[in-house]
Amino acid sequence: MSKTIFVVDGARTPFLKARNAPGPFSASDLAVAAGRALLARQRFAPGDLDEVILGCAAPSPDETNIGRVVSLRMNCGQKVPGWTVMRNCASGMQAIDSAIMNIQSGRSTLVMAGGVDALSRAPLLYSEAMTRWFAAFASARTLGQRAAQLMQFKLRYLAPVIGIMKGLTDPVIGQIMGQTAENIAFRFGIDRCQMDAYAVRSHQRVAAAQDGGRFEEIVPLVGADGEVYQADDGVRRDSSMDNLAKLRPFFDRKYGNVTAGNSSQITDGAAWLLLASQEAVDRYGLEPIARIVDSQWAALDPAQMGLGPVHSATPILQRHGLGLNDVDAWEINEAFAAQVLACIAAWKDDAYCREQLGLEGALGTLDENTLNVDGGAVALGHPVGASGARIVLHLIHVLQRHGGGRGIASICIGGGQGGAMMVEV
Amino acid sequence: MATYRHWNVRRDESRIAWITLDVADSPMNKLSADVMSELDTLLDDLDRYPPAGAVFQSGKDAGFIAGADIEEFKRLDSPEKARSLVERGWNLFNRVAGLSYPTCALIRGHCLGGGLELSLACRYRVAVDEPGTRLALPEVMLGIVPGWGGMLRLPQAVGAVAALDMMLTGKAVNARKAHSLGLVDESVPARVMQNAARSLVLSGKPPRQLPFVQRMLNGPLKAVVARQARSQVARRAPQKYYPAPWAIIDMWANYGGNALAVSGKRPTSLDAIAASPTTRNLVRVFFLQERLKGFGKDADFEPRHVHVIGAGTMGGDIASWCASRGMTVTLQDQAIERIAPAIRRAAEVFDRKFRGDKLKTRMALERIVPDTDGRGARQADVVIEAIFENLEAKQKLLSGLERIVKPDAVLATNTSSLKLEDIGSALKNPLRLVGIHFFNPVARMPLVEVVSASDTDRSMVRRAAAFVKAIDKLPLPVASAPGFLVNAVLGPYMLEAIRCADEGIAVEVIDRALVDFGMPMGPIELVDLVGLDVAMAAGKALTGAGAAPRRLTDLVAAGHLGKKTGRGFYAWIGGKAQKTKAGTVPDGLTERIVRPLLDATRRCVNQGVVADADLADAGVIFGTGFAPFTGGPMNYLAARGGVAAVDSGDELVVLPKAA
Repeated sequence: MSKTIFVVDGARTPFLKARNAPGPFSASDLAVAAGRALLARQRFAPGDLDEVILGCAAPSPDETNIGRVVSLRMNCGQKVPGWTVMRNCASGMQAIDSAIMNIQSGRSTLVMAGGVDALSRAPLLYSEAMTRWFAAFASARTLGQRAAQLMQFKLRYLAPVIGIMKGLTDPVIGQIMGQTAENIAFRFGIDRCQMDAYAVRSHQRVAAAQDGGRFEEIVPLVGADGEVYQADDGVRRDSSMDNLAKLRPFFDRKYGNVTAGNSSQITDGAAWLLLASQEAVDRYGLEPIARIVDSQWAALDPAQMGLGPVHSATPILQRHGLGLNDVDAWEINEAFAAQVLACIAAWKDDAYCREQLGLEGALGTLDENTLNVDGGAVALGHPVGASGARIVLHLIHVLQRHGGGRGIASICIGGGQGGAMMVEV
Repeated sequence: MATYRHWNVRRDESRIAWITLDVADSPMNKLSADVMSELDTLLDDLDRYPPAGAVFQSGKDAGFIAGADIEEFKRLDSPEKARSLVERGWNLFNRVAGLSYPTCALIRGHCLGGGLELSLACRYRVAVDEPGTRLALPEVMLGIVPGWGGMLRLPQAVGAVAALDMMLTGKAVNARKAHSLGLVDESVPARVMQNAARSLVLSGKPPRQLPFVQRMLNGPLKAVVARQARSQVARRAPQKYYPAPWAIIDMWANYGGNALAVSGKRPTSLDAIAASPTTRNLVRVFFLQERLKGFGKDADFEPRHVHVIGAGTMGGDIASWCASRGMTVTLQDQAIERIAPAIRRAAEVFDRKFRGDKLKTRMALERIVPDTDGRGARQADVVIEAIFENLEAKQKLLSGLERIVKPDAVLATNTSSLKLEDIGSALKNPLRLVGIHFFNPVARMPLVEVVSASDTDRSMVRRAAAFVKAIDKLPLPVASAPGFLVNAVLGPYMLEAIRCADEGIAVEVIDRALVDFGMPMGPIELVDLVGLDVAMAAGKALTGAGAAPRRLTDLVAAGHLGKKTGRGFYAWIGGKAQKTKAGTVPDGLTERIVRPLLDATRRCVNQGVVADADLADAGVIFGTGFAPFTGGPMNYLAARGGVAAVDSGDELVVLPKAA
């Protein structure tokens, strides 16, 4: 990259698991709370930002440009532009990349970028049949017409469409995300036992990281009722192979392997990074914590979307002449345990690397001791728009603890894409 | 067309005369004699070619009309002057009300006193729905009456009960409330205000009429309403000390709102009001308040971010108050669990304050950022510590803060009992430390003491005062001395009250005596409210070695610390002190308890804790609620003693016997 992109600071909310009811905070509440805490500790005023970019996969209808809404609510002032980006599961990473691009082009010098989603507040929608009935009723003029229309009503019209299920289903291939995970597990022969073992480890790693105070990027939330939310609450310290074995496959109900237990959780959360050019660093006397040195987007068969990290991270490694284990720390978003395992398997697979990545042979075996060292979305949850920003932010913290080095954060994207970023600390 | 000094008239194509008030050489519109006589001339001029209608509007950004020129009230020392002042507006606004063409007041921003009376004389009123639009008849707060037609026309517009409520409390209503009361015909956004005024004034609509029941209450049933109003006023404002509210009721009920019609012999006449020291004293209090506001004016400082350390009751309440005034607040404490209760309290306060307006509540609430690492201090414009009263802890905290805060940030302690110099001694630059001393409950107490030592950096003191003004409190500069002003005068007063209790006088009798004297709350109840432990600690700090009263020691030992523990001198149930009926107040009791307060005030003036006697009065009135009709303790001493009280020793003070 021509200009150096500095990360100045970052913060996120605790990730709050959806518990079959709307969560305590809306998407904008979450982004504002984390953002306000982040801005309050900066050397510059909120109004000094050149722009605010927020990734969000499912903004609610009353805040579709949630980036602008949040920017105003964070007291950035009327003159700071705010916008929203959407790239499904990588919306938060796209926000960072959009910030990078605008800093590169010289349009901006200081940008707040992040991601958010409050999946617990995903709406229930009226069915199409119900919508048509409403329309017909509204256009009925006479009492007789209305009565006739009322007679047409069927109780089943009331069955709601669950917004989140729509959102998690690929409209091109008609498969829900979990089924795409089944596809790649089948392709690389990953069994239920491996998936569950991976899930148990994710929970254990999150628990250990919580105990060790390694989620320093979290700012606590306080509800108006005084309730405190200060830690990711999806982690199950009692997670075990036995417990997970009891769960039934969710996506291929009878014969599948992917269960709710070895998938990421439906969760609410927000994550932010502050990105700056050298010019902004000098102007405000900022103390950068990391640099983002490269980023890459890639696309593949939507039915194999979970392999997106393989396709996006590999070109970065190639450009920098690095092998898998020349990277000090990896974050690969855990949409599904099967999907992360499939990525590792793909890199090990001679045929896959040759045919799909155009390499001469297998790239190698990723050392799992450098991967998601503090756990991932299986235990933390996956607030879709926020995860891409969370893994970049957490990667920086891991590298800081490591005493510096380089790391790659990568994420698979519903619809058949992948995104990756390399950072140096 | 003629030109005027304060007014301006423009006729538009539909023959409406737009009459704009833009008082010369003043930031706001006040109805001085000059301005009013010019209006009279203007109306003469209009009469030559009567317009199709007239709209009164303001040429000031500040608001519509702030009322009469209060400077003129200072000179109301004879019945003749009072009568001629009232006559001026009564006649002029009667003329406005009787104009042959329709009139409309276009009200944007404050519309107070005479301004509202002019509006009420118009056939129609349009209020602009903005936060700054406030309509009120606050005359009673100055000890006078709305004699320019307000007492006649406000009840006709909103009904007797609502009108008396506004006139007897002086409280303001916003545009929407004014609309729902019927005080204005329309409440509209600014973008359509001229259209609204234009169409109303040409509408030919008859003026709004009260519903039948309301017409009865403002007619044949006036006596019933008046009796009710008197019984309410009796509790707050005894006629002996506060003649104005009683006069308002009488003038409305028996004289058609015409103050001039009341015979000079009656206690509710203008003559009686002019003769009462209360009016003079309340006008004085008004100007003292203006003086306090002035302390924040001369610093070029616009604080936006406040960092508060300590999320206890005081720190949390400071934080929520600042957030409600638009500041960004970082609230620091050791753990989020300690900050959370402050957020919950703030949410409750905002919910009440903004009357359930969820948007405003949310906006205020999200301005408070919990900050367990204290990282907000580096960017804050004002940093206030409100941790527990321990010298070493405060020294350590503030010297740490000194290293990280912005060089021009105000660094302040909210200590009430420690010496500013002692805390400051731990700093590299002790001269930058100031005290910003809030009172409990923060939301209700208007005064904040700005504490400095003799060599404190004056620019920091000015900035601290500017901050206090920016959050709509009254800054009182005080010297670093035990108890500053307010606690120094309250301490001996409360102590004396507790001693009386020790001697076996019922606490209800003690409190009753002082409430009758005009205090907002009795001293014993006040002790329960601030906490017996706090009072005891403060008492030790203020009175030194003297033994604490026995009952205080006993109660503290038993863990009965007042309201907060549900029991102190009183039992507290549902936030209320449980009192039995008070017996007769013995002779001399009131004098005995007030005396230490008066003496302490005088001592503070002599020792230079405040710059002069006026500021002492202002501080004690706004910091303790000391009977405002007295004009403050120093004023009271001077009036009673008939001497310059400041440096004399022990003159006997004759106090009024409790009613």
